[in-house]
Amino acid sequence: MKVTLRIKRFDPDKDAKPYWAEYTVAASPVDRLLDALNTIKWTIDGTLTFRRSCAHGVCGSDAMRINGRNRLACKVLIRDVGEKVTVEPMLGFPVIKDLVVDMDPFFHKYESIKPYLITHDNEPGTERLQSPEERARYDEGTKCILCGACTGSCPSIWGNPDWVGPAAIVNAHRFIFDSRDQGTAERLAILGQRNGVWRCRTIFNCSDACPRGIPVTDLIEQVKRAIIYGDRNID
Amino acid sequence: MWSWLLHRVTGLAVLLFLLVHIVDIGLLSFGPDVYNEGIALFSTGIVRVISLGLIASVLYHAFNGVRIILIDFWPRGARYQGIMFAVVMILTILCFLPMAYFVVAPIFQPGASAVALPM
Repeated sequence: MKVTLRIKRFDPDKDAKPYWAEYTVAASPVDRLLDALNTIKWTIDGTLTFRRSCAHGVCGSDAMRINGRNRLACKVLIRDVGEKVTVEPMLGFPVIKDLVVDMDPFFHKYESIKPYLITHDNEPGTERLQSPEERARYDEGTKCILCGACTGSCPSIWGNPDWVGPAAIVNAHRFIFDSRDQGTAERLAILGQRNGVWRCRTIFNCSDACPRGIPVTDLIEQVKRAIIYGDRNID
Repeated sequence: MWSWLLHRVTGLAVLLFLLVHIVDIGLLSFGPDVYNEGIALFSTGIVRVISLGLIASVLYHAFNGVRIILIDFWPRGARYQGIMFAVVMILTILCFLPMAYFVVAPIFQPGASAVALPM
């Protein structure tokens, strides 16, 4: 089948502002959208620029706005997007070139919530043990691949680029609700600030966008309640 | 996203009515005749139709407000947000229809005002 891709392109060296380019390529219904993008890059226009690494939905490089929704180009099948597809860079991020956006602010926000184990006790001589129930408590957050699809779909981020955003909160949740971690108070203090969890308006775009199926808004709400009640065991 | 966008838009609509309401109640300070003349505007056809928008806005905003409270404080709220949105829409429409009837019906019965105005 023939697929027409309408791609929002922008080269800061040549273009004053972004423009739409159309490409028609042959593709199988079970091809991924990334295959169609590769066909364009390899056979029609080598200047088309986009990120991709593993191409199997794990590395989180190729999140982009496909038919108005943030998706991984390597997970979306051609049969699911139809014969006419609109592809744009994600909203809420500065565009570097074509579909490549600047992820630096995104990763600075990720670092701001201290995404690593914090302990104050002496090192145990053995492994830090945890029951299956304790492990299950924060399981959802561990699935995050930091693709940015949730953060780029969030109207709160579109309106206020300084907001910490859903991805960082999901990764904070992963440690806040980890029984081995002792940095809960620190992280809740960070997320209780102006640009912390409270700018989430429960719009649910993030939950819809997540390619890993993480119930992002649900996790954000759990963090909000942990801050309100000052207790991570409330839910 | 639509639940949030509607909540914003209806919130602003209700705020806009509040400003109008302050003005129409404020007319009382100019005496009963001025007030009666001003308030009579609300029984004209156009304002009755606009009132439908106000009724729908208040109903949606109220019901969705409860939905947001449940999302925030009920641990399972976020998981059931889609179902709750459907319930909000059904409740809004169910409450809107009878209220809309009483507001719009007098337009089609000239002379007989459903809401008796002290004219």
